[in-house]
Amino acid sequence: MPGGSITAVVGPSGAGKSTLLRTVNRLIEPTAGEVYLDGEPTSGMDPLALRRRVGMVFQLPALFGATVEEATLYGARLAGKDADAGRLLEMAGLDASFKDKAPQALSVGEQQRVSIARALALEPEALLMDEPTSALDEAARRRIEDLIRELNASLGLTLVVVSHDLDQVERVADRVVVLVRGRSEGEWDRDEFFSGPGERARRYIAGRL
Amino acid sequence: MRVEGLQTVGSGLLTLGLVAVAVALSLYQRLDLEKDIGVAVVRSFVQLAAIGYVIDYVFGLESLGAVALLLAGMVMFAAWTSARRASGVPRSFIVAAGAIGVAAVATLGVLLLLHIVPPTARYLIPLGGMVIGNSMNTASLTLTRLRDDIGEQRPKVEAALALGATSHQAVAPILKTALQRALIPLIDATKTTGIIFLPGAMVGMIIAGADPLEAVRLQIVVLYMLLGSVSIAAILVGLLSYRSFFTPRHQLKTAPLEN
Repeated sequence: MPGGSITAVVGPSGAGKSTLLRTVNRLIEPTAGEVYLDGEPTSGMDPLALRRRVGMVFQLPALFGATVEEATLYGARLAGKDADAGRLLEMAGLDASFKDKAPQALSVGEQQRVSIARALALEPEALLMDEPTSALDEAARRRIEDLIRELNASLGLTLVVVSHDLDQVERVADRVVVLVRGRSEGEWDRDEFFSGPGERARRYIAGRL
Repeated sequence: MRVEGLQTVGSGLLTLGLVAVAVALSLYQRLDLEKDIGVAVVRSFVQLAAIGYVIDYVFGLESLGAVALLLAGMVMFAAWTSARRASGVPRSFIVAAGAIGVAAVATLGVLLLLHIVPPTARYLIPLGGMVIGNSMNTASLTLTRLRDDIGEQRPKVEAALALGATSHQAVAPILKTALQRALIPLIDATKTTGIIFLPGAMVGMIIAGADPLEAVRLQIVVLYMLLGSVSIAAILVGLLSYRSFFTPRHQLKTAPLEN
Protein backbone atom coordinates (compact mmCIF):
# COMPACT_ATOMS: atom_id res chain seq x y z
CA MET A 1 0.00 0.00 0.00
CA PRO A 2 1.69 3.20 -1.10
CA GLY A 3 2.23 5.79 1.65
CA GLY A 4 -0.16 8.72 1.63
CA SER A 5 -2.76 6.93 -0.48
CA ILE A 6 -6.20 5.50 0.14
CA THR A 7 -6.36 1.80 -0.65
CA ALA A 8 -9.67 -0.04 -0.72
CA VAL A 9 -9.78 -3.78 -0.03
CA VAL A 10 -12.77 -5.46 -1.69
CA GLY A 11 -13.90 -9.05 -2.02
CA PRO A 12 -16.74 -11.45 -1.29
CA SER A 13 -17.60 -12.10 2.36
CA GLY A 14 -15.26 -14.64 3.91
CA ALA A 15 -12.42 -13.56 1.60
CA GLY A 16 -10.33 -12.53 4.60
CA LYS A 17 -10.58 -8.74 4.27
CA SER A 18 -10.97 -8.12 8.02
CA THR A 19 -8.31 -10.71 8.79
CA LEU A 20 -5.88 -9.01 6.39
CA LEU A 21 -6.53 -5.67 8.08
CA ARG A 22 -5.95 -7.16 11.54
CA THR A 23 -2.61 -8.66 10.54
CA VAL A 24 -1.39 -5.13 9.80
CA ASN A 25 -1.69 -3.94 13.42
CA ARG A 26 -1.22 -7.49 14.70
CA LEU A 27 -4.60 -7.97 16.30
CA ILE A 28 -4.13 -11.29 14.50
CA GLU A 29 -0.75 -12.90 13.92
CA PRO A 30 -0.18 -13.75 10.23
CA THR A 31 0.24 -17.51 9.77
CA ALA A 32 2.58 -16.91 6.83
CA GLY A 33 4.22 -13.91 5.23
CA GLU A 34 5.37 -10.62 6.63
CA VAL A 35 3.84 -7.16 6.95
CA TYR A 36 6.18 -4.19 6.52
CA LEU A 37 5.60 -0.71 7.88
CA ASP A 38 7.80 1.88 6.19
CA GLY A 39 10.11 -0.91 5.05
CA GLU A 40 10.42 -2.34 8.56
CA PRO A 41 9.03 -5.83 9.32
CA THR A 42 6.23 -5.53 11.90
CA SER A 43 6.87 -9.02 13.32
CA GLY A 44 9.86 -7.61 15.21
CA MET A 45 7.93 -4.70 16.71
CA ASP A 46 6.22 -4.49 20.07
CA PRO A 47 2.53 -5.01 19.18
CA LEU A 48 1.36 -2.18 21.45
CA ALA A 49 3.84 0.29 19.93
CA LEU A 50 2.80 -0.86 16.44
CA ARG A 51 -0.90 -0.31 17.23
CA ARG A 52 -0.10 3.25 18.31
CA ARG A 53 1.50 3.89 14.91
CA VAL A 54 -1.31 2.26 12.93
CA GLY A 55 -4.80 3.28 14.07
CA MET A 56 -7.96 1.27 13.48
CA VAL A 57 -11.62 2.14 13.05
CA PHE A 58 -14.22 -0.65 13.26
CA GLN A 59 -17.68 -1.22 11.88
CA LEU A 60 -19.22 -0.23 15.21
CA PRO A 61 -17.75 2.49 17.40
CA ALA A 62 -17.04 1.06 20.86
CA LEU A 63 -16.42 4.14 22.98
CA PHE A 64 -15.01 4.02 26.51
CA GLY A 65 -15.66 6.55 29.24
CA ALA A 66 -18.46 8.70 30.63
CA THR A 67 -17.81 11.67 28.33
CA VAL A 68 -16.84 12.08 24.69
CA GLU A 69 -13.63 13.74 25.88
CA GLU A 70 -12.64 10.63 27.88
CA ALA A 71 -13.57 8.44 24.91
CA THR A 72 -11.46 10.55 22.56
CA LEU A 73 -8.39 10.50 24.80
CA TYR A 74 -8.59 6.81 25.83
CA GLY A 75 -5.66 5.59 23.72
CA ALA A 76 -3.58 8.75 24.14
CA ARG A 77 -3.87 8.58 27.94
CA LEU A 78 -2.87 4.91 27.96
CA ALA A 79 0.24 5.98 26.03
CA GLY A 80 0.90 8.70 28.61
CA LYS A 81 0.30 11.44 26.05
CA ASP A 82 -1.83 14.50 26.46
CA ALA A 83 -4.00 15.72 23.62
CA ASP A 84 -6.64 18.35 22.97
CA ALA A 85 -9.97 16.52 22.65
CA GLY A 86 -11.75 19.57 21.22
CA ARG A 87 -9.23 19.96 18.41
CA LEU A 88 -9.35 16.21 17.62
CA LEU A 89 -13.13 16.26 17.47
CA GLU A 90 -12.97 19.20 15.06
CA MET A 91 -10.53 17.25 12.90
CA ALA A 92 -13.14 14.49 12.77
CA GLY A 93 -15.83 17.00 11.76
CA LEU A 94 -17.55 17.41 15.13
CA ASP A 95 -17.95 20.58 17.14
CA ALA A 96 -15.51 20.86 20.07
CA SER A 97 -18.48 21.27 22.44
CA PHE A 98 -19.28 17.56 21.94
CA LYS A 99 -16.54 16.67 24.39
CA ASP A 100 -18.73 17.13 27.47
CA LYS A 101 -21.59 14.99 26.15
CA ALA A 102 -22.18 11.36 27.03
CA PRO A 103 -21.12 9.04 24.17
CA GLN A 104 -24.51 7.29 24.21
CA ALA A 105 -26.25 10.62 23.54
CA LEU A 106 -24.61 10.78 20.09
CA SER A 107 -25.93 9.24 16.88
CA VAL A 108 -24.02 6.24 15.52
CA GLY A 109 -22.54 8.44 12.79
CA GLU A 110 -21.31 10.95 15.37
CA GLN A 111 -19.95 8.13 17.53
CA GLN A 112 -18.06 6.82 14.52
CA ARG A 113 -16.47 10.27 14.14
CA VAL A 114 -15.42 10.12 17.80
CA SER A 115 -13.82 6.75 17.13
CA ILE A 116 -11.88 8.37 14.27
CA ALA A 117 -10.87 11.29 16.53
CA ARG A 118 -9.72 8.78 19.15
CA ALA A 119 -7.52 7.02 16.59
CA LEU A 120 -6.09 10.39 15.46
CA ALA A 121 -5.18 11.23 19.06
CA LEU A 122 -2.23 8.83 18.78
CA GLU A 123 -0.98 10.68 15.66
CA PRO A 124 -0.84 7.46 13.61
CA GLU A 125 1.04 7.08 10.33
CA ALA A 126 -1.74 4.96 8.88
CA LEU A 127 -5.39 4.28 9.60
CA LEU A 128 -7.11 0.92 9.03
CA MET A 129 -10.86 1.07 8.55
CA ASP A 130 -12.97 -2.10 8.69
CA GLU A 131 -16.30 -1.35 6.96
CA PRO A 132 -16.44 2.02 8.74
CA THR A 133 -19.78 3.09 7.23
CA SER A 134 -21.77 -0.15 6.98
CA ALA A 135 -23.70 0.62 10.19
CA LEU A 136 -24.60 4.14 9.04
CA ASP A 137 -27.40 5.66 6.98
CA GLU A 138 -26.73 7.13 3.55
CA ALA A 139 -26.21 10.74 4.69
CA ALA A 140 -23.84 9.80 7.53
CA ARG A 141 -22.01 7.44 5.17
CA ARG A 142 -21.34 10.25 2.69
CA ARG A 143 -20.04 12.53 5.43
CA ILE A 144 -17.60 9.87 6.69
CA GLU A 145 -16.40 9.34 3.10
CA ASP A 146 -15.72 13.08 2.80
CA LEU A 147 -13.84 12.94 6.11
CA ILE A 148 -11.70 10.04 4.86
CA ARG A 149 -10.63 12.06 1.78
CA GLU A 150 -10.08 15.13 3.91
CA LEU A 151 -7.81 13.35 6.42
CA ASN A 152 -5.81 11.92 3.55
CA ALA A 153 -5.41 15.32 1.91
CA SER A 154 -4.70 17.42 5.00
CA LEU A 155 -2.61 15.01 7.09
CA GLY A 156 -1.11 12.89 4.30
CA LEU A 157 -2.50 9.91 6.25
CA THR A 158 -2.22 6.48 4.59
CA LEU A 159 -5.63 4.78 4.72
CA VAL A 160 -6.69 1.20 4.12
CA VAL A 161 -10.47 0.84 3.88
CA VAL A 162 -12.31 -2.48 3.75
CA SER A 163 -15.59 -2.00 1.93
CA HIS A 164 -18.26 -4.07 0.23
CA ASP A 165 -19.72 -1.02 -1.50
CA LEU A 166 -18.15 -0.50 -4.94
CA ASP A 167 -19.79 2.94 -5.32
CA GLN A 168 -18.09 3.96 -2.11
CA VAL A 169 -14.79 2.56 -3.35
CA GLU A 170 -15.12 4.63 -6.52
CA ARG A 171 -15.78 7.78 -4.49
CA VAL A 172 -13.03 7.26 -1.92
CA ALA A 173 -10.13 5.08 -3.05
CA ASP A 174 -6.96 5.77 -5.02
CA ARG A 175 -6.15 2.09 -5.32
CA VAL A 176 -8.14 -1.14 -5.15
CA VAL A 177 -6.97 -4.54 -3.93
CA VAL A 178 -9.19 -7.52 -4.76
CA LEU A 179 -9.19 -10.37 -2.26
CA VAL A 180 -10.80 -13.73 -3.00
CA ARG A 181 -10.58 -16.72 -0.63
CA GLY A 182 -7.62 -15.28 1.25
CA ARG A 183 -5.58 -14.48 -1.86
CA SER A 184 -4.94 -11.21 -3.65
CA GLU A 185 -6.38 -11.40 -7.15
CA GLY A 186 -4.64 -8.21 -8.18
CA GLU A 187 -4.51 -4.49 -7.52
CA TRP A 188 -5.38 -1.53 -9.70
CA ASP A 189 -5.52 2.24 -9.68
CA ARG A 190 -9.10 3.37 -9.23
CA ASP A 191 -9.55 4.43 -12.85
CA GLU A 192 -8.09 1.17 -14.16
CA PHE A 193 -10.41 -0.79 -11.89
CA PHE A 194 -13.57 1.01 -12.88
CA SER A 195 -12.84 1.31 -16.59
CA GLY A 196 -10.04 -0.44 -18.42
CA PRO A 197 -7.80 -3.35 -17.43
CA GLY A 198 -9.47 -3.95 -14.04
CA GLU A 199 -12.96 -4.04 -15.54
CA ARG A 200 -13.17 -7.84 -15.56
CA ALA A 201 -12.15 -8.16 -11.91
CA ARG A 202 -14.64 -5.43 -11.03
CA ARG A 203 -17.49 -7.25 -12.81
CA TYR A 204 -16.50 -10.52 -11.09
CA ILE A 205 -16.52 -8.86 -7.66
CA ALA A 206 -19.71 -6.91 -8.32
CA GLY A 207 -21.49 -10.21 -8.97
CA ARG A 208 -20.37 -11.60 -5.62
CA LEU A 209 -20.99 -8.74 -3.21
CA MET B 1 -23.82 -37.12 70.60
CA ARG B 2 -27.51 -37.69 69.87
CA VAL B 3 -29.68 -34.77 69.06
CA GLU B 4 -32.75 -34.81 71.25
CA GLY B 5 -36.06 -35.50 69.55
CA LEU B 6 -34.60 -36.36 66.14
CA GLN B 7 -35.60 -39.82 64.87
CA THR B 8 -32.95 -40.43 62.25
CA VAL B 9 -34.58 -42.99 59.95
CA GLY B 10 -38.12 -41.77 60.45
CA SER B 11 -37.28 -38.09 59.94
CA GLY B 12 -35.41 -38.85 56.74
CA LEU B 13 -38.44 -40.63 55.31
CA LEU B 14 -40.81 -37.87 56.44
CA THR B 15 -38.75 -35.09 54.81
CA LEU B 16 -38.59 -37.22 51.68
CA GLY B 17 -42.38 -36.96 51.68
CA LEU B 18 -41.98 -33.21 51.09
CA VAL B 19 -39.70 -33.94 48.14
CA ALA B 20 -42.40 -36.30 46.80
CA VAL B 21 -44.88 -33.41 46.89
CA ALA B 22 -42.41 -31.30 44.87
CA VAL B 23 -41.95 -34.13 42.35
CA ALA B 24 -45.73 -34.55 42.03
CA LEU B 25 -46.10 -30.80 41.40
CA SER B 26 -43.30 -30.93 38.83
CA LEU B 27 -45.00 -33.83 36.99
CA TYR B 28 -48.41 -32.13 37.17
CA GLN B 29 -47.05 -28.83 35.81
CA ARG B 30 -44.64 -30.54 33.37
CA LEU B 31 -41.68 -28.60 34.77
CA ASP B 32 -39.22 -31.42 33.90
CA LEU B 33 -37.58 -31.01 37.30
CA GLU B 34 -38.39 -34.49 38.67
CA LYS B 35 -35.35 -36.21 37.17
CA ASP B 36 -32.96 -33.58 38.52
CA ILE B 37 -34.64 -33.69 41.93
CA GLY B 38 -34.35 -37.49 41.97
CA VAL B 39 -30.66 -37.39 41.08
CA ALA B 40 -30.07 -34.74 43.77
CA VAL B 41 -31.86 -36.86 46.42
CA VAL B 42 -29.89 -40.02 45.62
CA ARG B 43 -26.54 -38.29 45.17
CA SER B 44 -26.79 -36.23 48.35
CA PHE B 45 -27.74 -39.35 50.35
CA VAL B 46 -24.86 -41.42 48.99
CA GLN B 47 -22.33 -38.59 49.26
CA LEU B 48 -23.31 -37.55 52.78
CA ALA B 49 -23.34 -41.12 54.01
CA ALA B 50 -19.91 -41.70 52.46
CA ILE B 51 -18.40 -38.49 53.81
CA GLY B 52 -19.89 -39.32 57.23
CA TYR B 53 -17.92 -42.56 57.30
CA VAL B 54 -14.79 -40.89 55.88
CA ILE B 55 -14.88 -38.10 58.49
CA ASP B 56 -15.53 -40.63 61.24
CA TYR B 57 -12.52 -42.63 60.03
CA VAL B 58 -10.27 -39.54 59.84
CA PHE B 59 -11.37 -38.48 63.34
CA GLY B 60 -10.27 -41.90 64.54
CA LEU B 61 -6.83 -41.58 62.92
CA GLU B 62 -6.11 -38.36 64.85
CA SER B 63 -3.60 -37.44 62.14
CA LEU B 64 -3.31 -33.98 60.61
CA GLY B 65 -1.79 -35.56 57.49
CA ALA B 66 -5.03 -37.45 56.89
CA VAL B 67 -6.99 -34.20 57.34
CA ALA B 68 -4.77 -32.43 54.81
CA LEU B 69 -5.18 -35.30 52.35
CA LEU B 70 -8.96 -35.23 52.68
CA LEU B 71 -9.05 -31.45 52.17
CA ALA B 72 -6.75 -31.75 49.13
CA GLY B 73 -9.13 -34.32 47.66
CA MET B 74 -12.05 -31.93 48.23
CA VAL B 75 -10.12 -29.11 46.47
CA MET B 76 -9.50 -31.36 43.45
CA PHE B 77 -13.16 -32.38 43.23
CA ALA B 78 -14.24 -28.73 43.57
CA ALA B 79 -11.82 -27.64 40.84
CA TRP B 80 -13.05 -30.42 38.56
CA THR B 81 -16.68 -29.34 39.09
CA SER B 82 -15.80 -25.69 38.42
CA ALA B 83 -13.81 -26.54 35.29
CA ARG B 84 -16.71 -28.59 33.93
CA ARG B 85 -19.07 -25.63 34.39
CA ALA B 86 -16.58 -23.36 32.64
CA SER B 87 -16.18 -25.44 29.50
CA GLY B 88 -14.38 -23.52 26.79
CA VAL B 89 -12.06 -21.76 29.21
CA PRO B 90 -8.55 -23.13 28.65
CA ARG B 91 -6.65 -24.35 31.72
CA SER B 92 -9.75 -23.84 33.87
CA PHE B 93 -9.01 -26.87 36.08
CA ILE B 94 -5.54 -25.64 37.02
CA VAL B 95 -6.80 -22.09 37.56
CA ALA B 96 -9.72 -23.26 39.75
CA ALA B 97 -7.57 -25.73 41.71
CA GLY B 98 -4.93 -23.05 42.34
CA ALA B 99 -7.42 -20.41 43.42
CA ILE B 100 -9.53 -22.70 45.64
CA GLY B 101 -6.40 -24.29 47.11
CA VAL B 102 -4.78 -20.96 47.96
CA ALA B 103 -8.04 -19.66 49.47
CA ALA B 104 -8.39 -22.78 51.64
CA VAL B 105 -4.77 -22.82 52.80
CA ALA B 106 -4.73 -19.07 53.50
CA THR B 107 -7.94 -18.96 55.54
CA LEU B 108 -7.39 -22.18 57.49
CA GLY B 109 -3.77 -21.11 58.02
CA VAL B 110 -4.84 -17.79 59.53
CA LEU B 111 -7.42 -19.51 61.75
CA LEU B 112 -4.75 -21.90 63.04
CA LEU B 113 -1.90 -19.38 63.39
CA LEU B 114 -4.06 -16.95 65.37
CA HIS B 115 -5.33 -19.85 67.53
CA ILE B 116 -8.92 -19.09 66.59
CA VAL B 117 -9.58 -22.81 66.15
CA PRO B 118 -7.61 -25.76 67.50
CA PRO B 119 -5.70 -27.93 64.99
CA THR B 120 -8.08 -30.87 65.10
CA ALA B 121 -10.06 -32.72 62.46
CA ARG B 122 -13.31 -31.74 64.21
CA TYR B 123 -12.74 -28.08 63.22
CA LEU B 124 -10.58 -28.29 60.11
CA ILE B 125 -12.75 -30.65 58.04
CA PRO B 126 -16.10 -28.86 58.35
CA LEU B 127 -14.59 -25.37 58.09
CA GLY B 128 -12.38 -26.43 55.19
CA GLY B 129 -15.38 -27.95 53.47
CA MET B 130 -17.29 -24.68 53.76
CA VAL B 131 -14.38 -22.65 52.39
CA ILE B 132 -13.82 -25.05 49.49
CA GLY B 133 -17.51 -25.38 48.60
CA ASN B 134 -18.17 -21.64 48.61
CA SER B 135 -14.95 -20.87 46.72
CA MET B 136 -15.97 -23.45 44.13
CA ASN B 137 -19.32 -21.75 43.49
CA THR B 138 -17.66 -18.37 43.14
CA ALA B 139 -14.92 -19.74 40.90
CA SER B 140 -17.55 -21.25 38.58
CA LEU B 141 -19.49 -17.98 38.46
CA THR B 142 -16.38 -15.91 37.74
CA LEU B 143 -15.13 -18.25 35.01
CA THR B 144 -18.45 -18.58 33.15
CA ARG B 145 -19.19 -14.87 33.44
CA LEU B 146 -15.75 -13.93 32.11
CA ARG B 147 -16.07 -16.40 29.21
CA ASP B 148 -19.54 -15.16 28.22
CA ASP B 149 -18.75 -11.46 28.60
CA ILE B 150 -15.50 -11.61 26.64
CA GLY B 151 -17.40 -13.47 23.91
CA GLU B 152 -20.21 -10.93 23.80
CA GLN B 153 -18.05 -7.83 24.13
CA ARG B 154 -15.41 -8.88 21.66
CA PRO B 155 -15.69 -5.65 19.61
CA LYS B 156 -15.01 -3.58 22.73
CA VAL B 157 -11.99 -5.64 23.70
CA GLU B 158 -10.61 -5.43 20.16
CA ALA B 159 -11.18 -1.67 20.02
CA ALA B 160 -9.22 -1.21 23.24
CA LEU B 161 -6.38 -3.45 22.02
CA ALA B 162 -6.24 -1.54 18.73
CA LEU B 163 -5.69 1.66 20.72
CA GLY B 164 -2.61 0.21 22.39
CA ALA B 165 -4.24 -1.20 25.53
CA THR B 166 -2.65 -4.29 27.09
CA SER B 167 -4.77 -7.44 27.49
CA HIS B 168 -5.26 -6.54 31.14
CA GLN B 169 -6.34 -2.96 30.38
CA ALA B 170 -8.67 -4.15 27.63
CA VAL B 171 -10.35 -6.75 29.85
CA ALA B 172 -10.38 -4.71 33.09
CA PRO B 173 -14.01 -3.47 32.86
CA ILE B 174 -15.25 -6.99 32.05
CA LEU B 175 -13.18 -8.49 34.86
CA LYS B 176 -14.60 -5.95 37.28
CA THR B 177 -18.23 -6.78 36.48
CA ALA B 178 -17.53 -10.52 36.53
CA LEU B 179 -16.00 -10.31 40.02
CA GLN B 180 -18.74 -8.03 41.31
CA ARG B 181 -21.48 -10.35 40.06
CA ALA B 182 -19.74 -13.41 41.47
CA LEU B 183 -19.20 -11.89 44.91
CA ILE B 184 -22.40 -9.89 45.40
CA PRO B 185 -24.52 -12.91 46.51
CA LEU B 186 -22.12 -13.70 49.36
CA ILE B 187 -21.63 -10.03 50.32
CA ASP B 188 -25.41 -9.53 50.42
CA ALA B 189 -25.92 -12.73 52.39
CA THR B 190 -23.30 -11.51 54.89
CA LYS B 191 -24.96 -8.10 55.15
CA THR B 192 -28.43 -9.50 55.84
CA THR B 193 -27.36 -12.42 58.00
CA GLY B 194 -29.32 -12.73 61.23
CA ILE B 195 -32.15 -10.59 59.86
CA ILE B 196 -33.36 -12.58 56.90
CA PHE B 197 -31.80 -15.96 57.41
CA LEU B 198 -29.90 -17.83 60.09
CA PRO B 199 -26.76 -19.40 58.65
CA GLY B 200 -26.22 -23.16 58.60
CA ALA B 201 -23.47 -23.51 61.16
CA MET B 202 -25.47 -21.54 63.72
CA VAL B 203 -28.69 -23.41 62.98
CA GLY B 204 -26.86 -26.71 63.45
CA MET B 205 -25.35 -25.68 66.77
CA ILE B 206 -28.59 -24.32 68.18
CA ILE B 207 -30.50 -27.45 67.19
CA ALA B 208 -27.76 -29.57 68.72
CA GLY B 209 -28.41 -27.77 72.01
CA ALA B 210 -25.57 -25.22 72.13
CA ASP B 211 -25.86 -21.83 73.80
CA PRO B 212 -27.11 -19.33 71.13
CA LEU B 213 -24.34 -16.85 72.02
CA GLU B 214 -21.76 -19.59 71.58
CA ALA B 215 -23.34 -20.40 68.22
CA VAL B 216 -23.13 -16.72 67.19
CA ARG B 217 -19.44 -16.62 68.09
CA LEU B 218 -18.68 -19.54 65.79
CA GLN B 219 -20.92 -18.13 63.09
CA ILE B 220 -19.05 -14.83 63.06
CA VAL B 221 -15.78 -16.71 62.58
CA VAL B 222 -17.39 -18.70 59.75
CA LEU B 223 -18.79 -15.60 58.04
CA TYR B 224 -15.54 -13.65 58.02
CA MET B 225 -13.64 -16.75 56.99
CA LEU B 226 -15.99 -17.29 54.04
CA LEU B 227 -16.03 -13.65 53.00
CA GLY B 228 -12.23 -13.58 53.00
CA SER B 229 -11.59 -16.91 51.33
CA VAL B 230 -14.26 -16.59 48.66
CA SER B 231 -13.08 -13.11 47.69
CA ILE B 232 -9.50 -14.39 47.46
CA ALA B 233 -10.61 -17.32 45.29
CA ALA B 234 -12.67 -15.12 42.94
CA ILE B 235 -9.94 -12.52 42.47
CA LEU B 236 -7.30 -15.21 41.89
CA VAL B 237 -9.53 -16.97 39.36
CA GLY B 238 -10.11 -13.69 37.55
CA LEU B 239 -6.45 -12.69 37.43
CA LEU B 240 -5.26 -16.17 36.43
CA SER B 241 -7.90 -16.94 33.83
CA TYR B 242 -8.25 -13.73 31.82
CA ARG B 243 -4.84 -14.43 30.31
CA SER B 244 -6.19 -17.64 28.79
CA PHE B 245 -8.28 -15.54 26.43
CA PHE B 246 -5.27 -13.65 25.06
CA THR B 247 -1.93 -14.43 23.48
CA PRO B 248 1.22 -12.95 25.08
CA ARG B 249 1.20 -10.43 22.20
CA HIS B 250 -2.06 -8.88 23.45
CA GLN B 251 -4.20 -10.59 20.83
CA LEU B 252 -7.65 -11.97 21.56
CA LYS B 253 -7.68 -15.71 20.92
CA THR B 254 -10.51 -17.05 18.84
CA ALA B 255 -10.57 -20.64 20.04
CA PRO B 256 -11.85 -20.44 23.65
CA LEU B 257 -14.81 -18.31 22.59
CA GLU B 258 -16.28 -20.83 20.19
CA ASN B 259 -18.64 -23.06 22.07
